[in-house]
Amino acid sequence: MQATHLLSLLIVLGSFSFYVSRGRSLALANPLGGIRNLHSLPSYYGLHAALWCTLPATFLLAIWLIFDEIVINAMVMTDLSPELIPSGNASYNLILNKVANIANGILPRESQPSGLLDAADNMLSLNVVSQWSITLLIITLAMFGLAWSSHKLKPDFRARPAVERVMQNLLLACACVAIFTTLGIVFSVLFESIQFFRSVPIYDFVFGLEWSPQTAIREDQVGSSGSFGAIPLFVGTLLVSAVAMFIAVPIGLMSAIYLAEYADSKVRTYAKPALEVLAGIPTVVYGFFAALTVAPFLRDLGASVGLTISSESALAAGGVMGIMIIPFISSLADDVITAVPQSMRDGSLAMGATQSETIRKVVIPAALPGIVGGIMLAISRAIGETMIVVMAAGMAAKLTANPLESVTTVTVQIVTLLTGDQEFDSPKTLAAFALGLMLFTVTLLLNIFALHIVKKYREQYE
Amino acid sequence: MSDSKTLIKIQHSLTQRNRAEARFHWYGRIAILIGLMAVALLFIDIVGKGHGAFRATYINLDIRYDADLIGIDNLSDTEQLSAGNWQALPKTALRERFPDVSSRRDKRRLNNLLSNGAGFDLKDRLLASPRLLGKTESVWVLADDDIDTYYKSWLDGNAYEARLTGQQIQWIGELHEQGSIKLKFNSNLFNRGDSREPEQAGIRGAAVGSFLTLVMTLMLSFPIGVCAAIYLEEFAPKNRWTDFIEVNINNLAAVPSIIFGLLGLAIFINFFHVPRSVPIVGGLVLTLMTLPTIIITSRAAIKSVPPSIREAALGVGASRYQMVLHHVLPLALPGMLTGAIIGMAQALGETAPLLMIGMVAFIVDIPNGFSDPATVLPVQIFLWADSPERAFVEKTSAAIMVLLSFLIAMNTTAVWLRRRLERRW
Repeated sequence: MQATHLLSLLIVLGSFSFYVSRGRSLALANPLGGIRNLHSLPSYYGLHAALWCTLPATFLLAIWLIFDEIVINAMVMTDLSPELIPSGNASYNLILNKVANIANGILPRESQPSGLLDAADNMLSLNVVSQWSITLLIITLAMFGLAWSSHKLKPDFRARPAVERVMQNLLLACACVAIFTTLGIVFSVLFESIQFFRSVPIYDFVFGLEWSPQTAIREDQVGSSGSFGAIPLFVGTLLVSAVAMFIAVPIGLMSAIYLAEYADSKVRTYAKPALEVLAGIPTVVYGFFAALTVAPFLRDLGASVGLTISSESALAAGGVMGIMIIPFISSLADDVITAVPQSMRDGSLAMGATQSETIRKVVIPAALPGIVGGIMLAISRAIGETMIVVMAAGMAAKLTANPLESVTTVTVQIVTLLTGDQEFDSPKTLAAFALGLMLFTVTLLLNIFALHIVKKYREQYE
Repeated sequence: MSDSKTLIKIQHSLTQRNRAEARFHWYGRIAILIGLMAVALLFIDIVGKGHGAFRATYINLDIRYDADLIGIDNLSDTEQLSAGNWQALPKTALRERFPDVSSRRDKRRLNNLLSNGAGFDLKDRLLASPRLLGKTESVWVLADDDIDTYYKSWLDGNAYEARLTGQQIQWIGELHEQGSIKLKFNSNLFNRGDSREPEQAGIRGAAVGSFLTLVMTLMLSFPIGVCAAIYLEEFAPKNRWTDFIEVNINNLAAVPSIIFGLLGLAIFINFFHVPRSVPIVGGLVLTLMTLPTIIITSRAAIKSVPPSIREAALGVGASRYQMVLHHVLPLALPGMLTGAIIGMAQALGETAPLLMIGMVAFIVDIPNGFSDPATVLPVQIFLWADSPERAFVEKTSAAIMVLLSFLIAMNTTAVWLRRRLERRW
């Protein structure tokens, strides 16, 4: 049976157990004089049975789903006839794919070597065995759980605490998904990166000045040895982010100041959400805007004053990215500025300072840690931003600090290296994971640093 | 004397300070204006580029459904139908319309006026009403994308000729004078999947893919997020493990989305062998990505339920789980739903991680389930924006308009829900 069918079966069995056990608890309670003689409400006895019936079986089903293909593949490959035994990792996968395709009827059975046909038949029969055994196992386990729960069902059985203990563990498991996600990220990028650093020394990667990830398919090809020096990518990323911050920080900060300190409530109620619309627009839309509107406009503008601006300039990508980040900075800054106590403003104004002097000399210094923290978060955002640069920045890695030229970034390279079909263990794809590792580390450090600044330098008022 | 000197000095500095004040005030106004102008510019640009895509150019032809011409003799034989020369129908009709076209090259140019899917549209029409076979009917036939682009720009008085020849332009002029070419509502945009031909490409496939992916995301992230929030707010003991969970959630909220794509590729696809390009894997990745948002908003919603409610429930003898399930959760639900909608809006607009897990493939068919290869709206926008045909610019903008209207609808619902259902204590 399919996994979805098994799951529906479990749901049916679970509800069945619920009603049966609840009914039984009621039947037990009646001769004693009503349900107040039970330790818990009848539905808790039902829930207890339902949980015992479904949870272990679901757990087993999940494990089976994860491992059955792996186990079957391994068994098929060990039973392979001797002349077909693969030499390396790549040919192993090739043969496995062929066998699977024959078994699923994608490849015609005619004109295939008999060894492969045998393997395919082997795979099919193993699949059948696995499906049937898991169905039987799950039904047995569910019945066993139900029997166990019924065995426990007595008027003084503490069903509610038992159910609540299980629920507590389920809730804890949900909370731990965050930890597993982080672990998943760390392991996935770390393992592939370690594999990558086996073929390309880490020093060459971090400090190399040339990036051309095309590796040769044939030994004798010219100029495609592949070099993985990531400095041009780092510089490109920093250049685009710098342009973005150059636009976003002053505009975002001034808007926040204006909205918090000058604007009357009417302007504030309309201008603030309008500005926040910018934060809700998908990045792919910004990318389209940058590539098809801003970049050609800048190129023509440059041409009219005699400047050559590349049509994939860092300026266009960075500028649009800056617009995207404006609401991010302005809302963070707005929060910290409004958090500065009014008494400080009043004190400064009473001393005869103008409003702008109060803002510059009192409010901003008081809010500075929060603002700096916000800017660091915005930088980490800019570094990790993908779609705008994929659509509007270039592909060629050029080592330049000129925003009018085309540069490429870390995220662009990750996308180009990984989109489409790829061989998973070539250095070209692994390089993407190494870049991902760099990106993850840098953004993580920036976030931690930002939180640290906010915590350490925050002035405590009140 | 020195008194007046000081006075003058103060007066002087005061004007300067007031000027600085006014300048500063203006900086603020300009900053706001730039931000608002960016919003306006973006919308005007997208709408300006995309409004045309909601109408497409059609040419009126007298189509004779000639069985010999198509090469069929039986409408129920699927093999014949798929082998039939359907494109011959509009081609012949067009040649009858312009009988003086004789040279082979001119004929080809004439045929290029029509979309190469026009024949299949006629096939569908014929199959829907088989009695048309052998009869003649006047039909509006879809024009080629180059013609579409030219005709629209020509109507706007700013003709864009591109690859068209003078003769083709003359033909279009003739058709226009006869009233046989016009703009009609572009139903293909909403009813079809992707295509290499701009005039036949639609967003249906991507929209359905987006919907399936979002359903998957919601089904996973909402329960998990709410459970995690309940645990952290109501049950978690104050210890290092809880702190560690919280640090993790906060960090995940700031991890670049593309990293989640790498995670999906390495773990779900290469380790667990989930098939590529399917809504299941897209939903899994987006779940992990939106989870921090949902957890954080759900926690805020739980926090806003006043402690007196909890104490009252405990006071009448509820267990802590009964208190949470019967009292806190229903009261916090509007806030949680708002958070879920915001998280879903974020997931709907996300592109980068989906590129990593193969949802960027060219898929013509409209997906039917969670395990069919699919793409999503933002990725469709990305793919079209990359296409060289000029007609795709218009299509891309139209797809963006559709995506943005979905997002605006979701966010408005979230705001409305918050206003409507949230209680102030």
